[in-house]
Amino acid sequence: MGSFTSFSDFIQMGTHGLYVWLSYGIALVIFIYNIVSAYLLKRQFFINAKRRLRREQGTI
Amino acid sequence: MKIKMPRWFYQLASPKWFYDITGMLLPWFGLAAILLLLVGSIWGLVFAPADYQQGNSFRIIYIHVPSSILAQSCYMMMAIAGAVGLIWKMKIAHVVAGACAPIGASIAVMSLATGAVWGKPTWGAWWVWDARLTAMLVLLFLYIGVIALNSAFENKASSDKATAILSLVGLVNIPIIKYSVEWWNTLHQPATFTVTEKPAMPPEMWIPLLVMVLGFYCFFAVVLMIRARIEVLEREKRSDWVKKVIENYGR
Repeated sequence: MGSFTSFSDFIQMGTHGLYVWLSYGIALVIFIYNIVSAYLLKRQFFINAKRRLRREQGTI
Repeated sequence: MKIKMPRWFYQLASPKWFYDITGMLLPWFGLAAILLLLVGSIWGLVFAPADYQQGNSFRIIYIHVPSSILAQSCYMMMAIAGAVGLIWKMKIAHVVAGACAPIGASIAVMSLATGAVWGKPTWGAWWVWDARLTAMLVLLFLYIGVIALNSAFENKASSDKATAILSLVGLVNIPIIKYSVEWWNTLHQPATFTVTEKPAMPPEMWIPLLVMVLGFYCFFAVVLMIRARIEVLEREKRSDWVKKVIENYGR
């Protein structure tokens, strides 16, 4: 498989498995954090905005 | 003094135009980011050959180099957008600058953390007070400073101005990061990519790296657009078109 002799060789990355997978794990976590935090920002905005709009329309 | 700029430049300043055009671009950048990052990481992890000195720990390059490049580009974009906002009083530019800061900070963390994880098997230490590493840490602190300053003001106009000036002052750090490996004796290896020379790596190593760099840029564009669009709506919430957007949301 690719430049590895076996799947377990791929998982172990020679002797550097811990470092390689830790790096890719860090990257994945930060990518997910970026998407989730942006999405939460969007959701919070629309929740507040809808509430505000309803209140304004109710008073007019 | 007023500098005449092309028409698209002024269109860009219109919040509604910005909101509409980014809404059209977003899915395409999202698709490109997913494809490029998937292809790049599988290529880098599975098919690229191991380095003859570093073995497989070299595969960290496919995260470390793109995140380091992006952390710096993002900072430059933030500073330039801030300058455009100051010079032409363009609110959209400040919106973009503000959206850059939290993304850039997280990417700088990624660069530092993966660098530490790479440093351990390669240099024998998670961290050294080396010129390049220290300059990168300063970049993270600049991002944190910009975020803190941005939330320190009640008035948007003042916080826009203050953060733009801070990011412009911090711009001096970017050439320091770039040339740190040449000006000081350092453990850190020199640049992998330069514009003028052919890469020292074979193509089967650097092509996936290029794919990852492009993927990181597309991902950045996606998160930047999502955040900037929300900020545009927040700032324009009194206008009719935003009220329509809010009413139609979720229907």
